[in-house]
Amino acid sequence: MGLESIVFYLFAVIVVASALVVVLSKKIMYAAFSLLFTLFGIAGMYAMLMADFIAVAQIMIYVGGILVLIVFGVMLTTKITGVDVKTGPTGKLNYIAGGLLAVMVAGSLAWLYTSNSWISAPVNETNTSINAVGNLLLTEYLLAFEVGSVLLLIALIGAALIARRK
Amino acid sequence: METTYYIYNLIANSTTELIAAVIVAIIPLLFILPYALVAIYGELKISAFMQDKLGPMRTGPYGLLQPIAEVFKLLQKEDITPDAADKPLFNIAPVLIFVGSYAAFAVIPFSSYFAPSGLNVGIFFAMAISSLAVIAIMMGGWSSGNKFALLGAFRSVAQIVSYEIPAAMAVLGIAAMANTLNINTIIESQSGWFWNWFLFGGQGGIEKIWVIPFTVVMCVIYFISSLAECNRTPFDLVEGESELVAGYATEYSGMKYAMFYLAEYANMFVAAALITILFLGGWSSPLGDILNGPIWQLAWFVIKTMSIVFLQIWVRWTLPRIRVDQLMFVCWKVFLPISFVCFLAMALARMVQ
Repeated sequence: MGLESIVFYLFAVIVVASALVVVLSKKIMYAAFSLLFTLFGIAGMYAMLMADFIAVAQIMIYVGGILVLIVFGVMLTTKITGVDVKTGPTGKLNYIAGGLLAVMVAGSLAWLYTSNSWISAPVNETNTSINAVGNLLLTEYLLAFEVGSVLLLIALIGAALIARRK
Repeated sequence: METTYYIYNLIANSTTELIAAVIVAIIPLLFILPYALVAIYGELKISAFMQDKLGPMRTGPYGLLQPIAEVFKLLQKEDITPDAADKPLFNIAPVLIFVGSYAAFAVIPFSSYFAPSGLNVGIFFAMAISSLAVIAIMMGGWSSGNKFALLGAFRSVAQIVSYEIPAAMAVLGIAAMANTLNINTIIESQSGWFWNWFLFGGQGGIEKIWVIPFTVVMCVIYFISSLAECNRTPFDLVEGESELVAGYATEYSGMKYAMFYLAEYANMFVAAALITILFLGGWSSPLGDILNGPIWQLAWFVIKTMSIVFLQIWVRWTLPRIRVDQLMFVCWKVFLPISFVCFLAMALARMVQ
């Protein structure tokens, strides 16, 4: 087993195990912090796919931004307000329905995976993806890029407006 | 650059890739531990000098063994976990905060012959990975089950997230001037004599002189923002002992507290190293091609970085702590507009080149 497969399986185990904690944990704070490892593992996967820019952007945006927001939200709603946010059992009927749904989805995914003959694209070993990302964003996807920027600007102004209104 | 992986290739050729990767990953740790001892001793002695005292004098000659004694003291202390604490998170937080500061060492080149990784988005990575410290501080503050710790964590997050923006503007400006996010290329574009450093406007003749004030201001903004991101005085509201006992570290003792301590010093080094890379030419010699061999580069890098660390300690023991509202005022209403203007000037300098 080469270095790359070792690293891949390491990340795969991290992603799956921490995602299971997110879903199954009784305490919502554990779920929020466990998301950290899931997001990191996925960033590692991106890095292994030679998408270095996306990998770092994943850490920057999801860990540095969204996860902090989630943890803040959870933190301010559990111990301070005294309401313990917990997940619990939901009753037998839901187990049966959920189990059926899970088996169906898993079955169809397995069928899809085995019935198709997958074509793997030739590995394009690039040194960096950042030049391609920058060029595409400012040529082919310029409109989407600009719309996204305007949307973020609106959100920024809206946040400032809400914060000012005392 | 071909030589970045010199040590990795050297080991990989005689053993396997896996062993080489592990050894290269461990090398920065072998540097951090002695560095932390030196920095703690420096902190004690410099603070004593600034306050007209002697500092540690009894352990060893001139108190040289004091940091080692402090480490042993921390090792011997009882490891207390409060009843109200959330045990798993309380135990993970000190490890996680060190992981965050150690991960940044992955992209720091100590010399043109050694960088753990020559990542092409290196400087972006170094900024992104610092968000791990935010999560770790929140984890520690929340899981302590102590209101002071929680408040300290809140303050820390507000402060780090806010000061990331002027710091990011400074990094963007340098990225625009160097035309890359690769740390080694950023350093190479500052090669030659010290007036080619980005602190002095980068490469170019006398006509670049108009951009020098902007780059110097940007450097100062980045330095102050990095102080805030390391939670150092005058921005240590996070652990302001007169208000919050010790902030997020209130409930920690023994080895776990030592981990927070070590992470703080590692963070200081990373911040200083980034300033060195962005503004002071990284490992390149200030004297052009004179004394520019791989070992000399290591020496230059450490000298430059330790000078910035000294500056951080100097500021800490000179200035009083600022208030929360002043902290936010400085960030959003002073640094942000100035850094925008400086960024535009630096981008313009790149365009007219």
